Amino acid sequence: MKGVSVRRLLASLIVPALFLTACSSTDSDSGTDASAAACAPSSAGPVTLTYTSWIPGIEDVVKVWNAKNPNIQVKVQTGPNGNGGTYQNFFNQLKAGNAPDLGQIEYDALPSFRVQDGLVDVGACDNVAKAKDQFIPWTWNQVSFGDAKGAWGVPQDAGPMALFYRADLFEKNGIAIPTTWDEYAAAAEKVRAAGGYITNFSQSDINQFAGLTWQAGGRWFANDGQNWTVNLTDDKTKKVADYWQNLISKKLVSTVPPWTTEWDNAYNSSSAWTWVSAVWGANSIASGAPKTAGKWRVAPMPQWSAGEKSAGNWGGSSTAVFKGSKHPYEAAQFALWLNTDQEALTLLNEKANLYPATTAGTTLPALSKGVAFYGDQKIYEVFAQASTEVAPDFTWGPTMTATYANASDGFKAAVSGKGSLTEALTAAQASTIQTLKSQAIPVKE
Amino acid sequence: MKSRVGVMAVMGLCTIYFLAPIWWLFVGATKNNDQFTGTAPMWFADFHLVDNIRELVTYRDGVFLRWMLNSIAYTGGAALLGTVLAAMCGYALAKYRFRGRELLFNIVLSGVLVPATALALPLFLIFSKAGAANTFWAVFLPSLVNPFGVYLARIYAAASVPEELLEAARIDGSGEVRTFFTVSSRLMFPALVTIFLFHFVAVWNNFLLPLIMLSDERLFPVTLGLYTWNTQVNQVPELRGLVIVGALLSITPLVVAFLLLQRFWRNGLGAGAVK
Repeated sequence: MKGVSVRRLLASLIVPALFLTACSSTDSDSGTDASAAACAPSSAGPVTLTYTSWIPGIEDVVKVWNAKNPNIQVKVQTGPNGNGGTYQNFFNQLKAGNAPDLGQIEYDALPSFRVQDGLVDVGACDNVAKAKDQFIPWTWNQVSFGDAKGAWGVPQDAGPMALFYRADLFEKNGIAIPTTWDEYAAAAEKVRAAGGYITNFSQSDINQFAGLTWQAGGRWFANDGQNWTVNLTDDKTKKVADYWQNLISKKLVSTVPPWTTEWDNAYNSSSAWTWVSAVWGANSIASGAPKTAGKWRVAPMPQWSAGEKSAGNWGGSSTAVFKGSKHPYEAAQFALWLNTDQEALTLLNEKANLYPATTAGTTLPALSKGVAFYGDQKIYEVFAQASTEVAPDFTWGPTMTATYANASDGFKAAVSGKGSLTEALTAAQASTIQTLKSQAIPVKE
Repeated sequence: MKSRVGVMAVMGLCTIYFLAPIWWLFVGATKNNDQFTGTAPMWFADFHLVDNIRELVTYRDGVFLRWMLNSIAYTGGAALLGTVLAAMCGYALAKYRFRGRELLFNIVLSGVLVPATALALPLFLIFSKAGAANTFWAVFLPSLVNPFGVYLARIYAAASVPEELLEAARIDGSGEVRTFFTVSSRLMFPALVTIFLFHFVAVWNNFLLPLIMLSDERLFPVTLGLYTWNTQVNQVPELRGLVIVGALLSITPLVVAFLLLQRFWRNGLGAGAVK
């Protein structure tokens, strides 16, 4: 598909541009730091902010804010999703000095903007800092990077993971719903014997694997304030990789590329029976596999040892204020409203299926109802529970675009029988360190 | 006779190979979202094309139509103006003797070797300095440049515009500009069509420039708009159907341009080739 090649192209362009940004960050915007630290209103009169986001229907949410806040008007700009080009645009704009006031940044991309000194610390604003407790703890950690006071963005949405499964097929074949990964592997054999695949292993989208690793306790990156460490092959990650490698080698999972019609069809034709996915996956199945309406249910993710309660996360983004914004205070107020106000959260959920990052948000009326596609199960209660079970200490690296691209190459080879997932991660480890070094980001080996 | 059958078979295979994606696109555009995954990809289910088009042109206040108009403005405008510029430049290089002519020509030619992709980022920084990023001009102005068109125009002007004719025009008192527009440009017409078509396709396909320059949705060309939607399919799966129908509609201008102008194009290509 064209999209893939464009993404690859952008990934190759991102390195030189990052470098440009890194070189220039010292000579610009020294003046804005002071005002950001104080976080005071920038002017008495009305201001207009620009906000770049690729959330479908975001204009309708912003309209509500604009109607209530005549002095802080927000203008929406848009583009493709982050890795599809908008992040690259942000970096270019930061370099050129015409970045928007606010931008949507996914959690896994936030560190790269932080490293390039592109973000304003909105934690300096009293009401933002106070709002910390409204958010599910792990989402706040994604924007604070563990800093007690700082916040380089306001959490927007979350992607807690759970197990989507075909209740009818499991019942008909007398297979119990797996609650541990051992049971899941055993069920995979039975499902294969019954003519299906237990799931489809996402071969080119590494985010799912990251979510599975997150649950298992793997921690890919760490930053001690000075140096980054890269750990794509720690014991927990290896455990997850070996587990899925085993299923792939035994041909117990299918391996069609994700987000294609072929992939939809695997679910629609009842060939794939489960999907360990994030909350937004509920909508992907419903639209991709309409023939299976009413037959799916959601259960908590299988655990590594029985009785544990741990979930992974896949996706989620924040609203960040860019360095160079002339109105950081006003921008922070908007970001806070957008992601904590119940009316805004309801609209975001309605328009774009965003799943809130606040505790109060997970009990929105729309998220407390039964969903017809899932046999009227109140599936969002499962995800609300899962969101509280996501470990808070997972850190993304500052060059995820490159890491994803490298790992994804290895994963594709592994599913077609060349090499293994562990080998792919080992290669990605080496090239990630290389990428960090080439961008002059300090890294400990 | 045997070889003829062989040739036809190869051509037939190529035709099927090239038309299959367009056929798939057309069939896909006639399906609703459920049928899109559920039915055979290369054959029709219920015919929903008209409904789909209506949904597309009304979605988000008809932003798709706006994108189509933008594309036509960027592409048609830049190709037309760019062709005139390239023709004038190539003509001058072919017909006037002045110091540094070959140097100038070689510099222009080396421009052919620089891919548009590599220029997008520097252009963005320049336009940002001028405060003109995220405007119509940020995409339009860089699209006017067409070094290959200059090359083609020079070759063709040298071959098809006789010196004697220009002498005669000068003796009759016609100015150089007037001669160019009334006499020379007509002789160069087949080449101009070729340049126009090449330019049209190049601008239409230059995806990276608008991607980097534009953040206001109302300025997007259709390629960027559809790409944007396509990246949102994970969040809003209904968009997939709109992207398919949109892609079908967005290729029509190109198809029309080619069908109308291909006769000239072939002539122009041939003329460029012998020199």
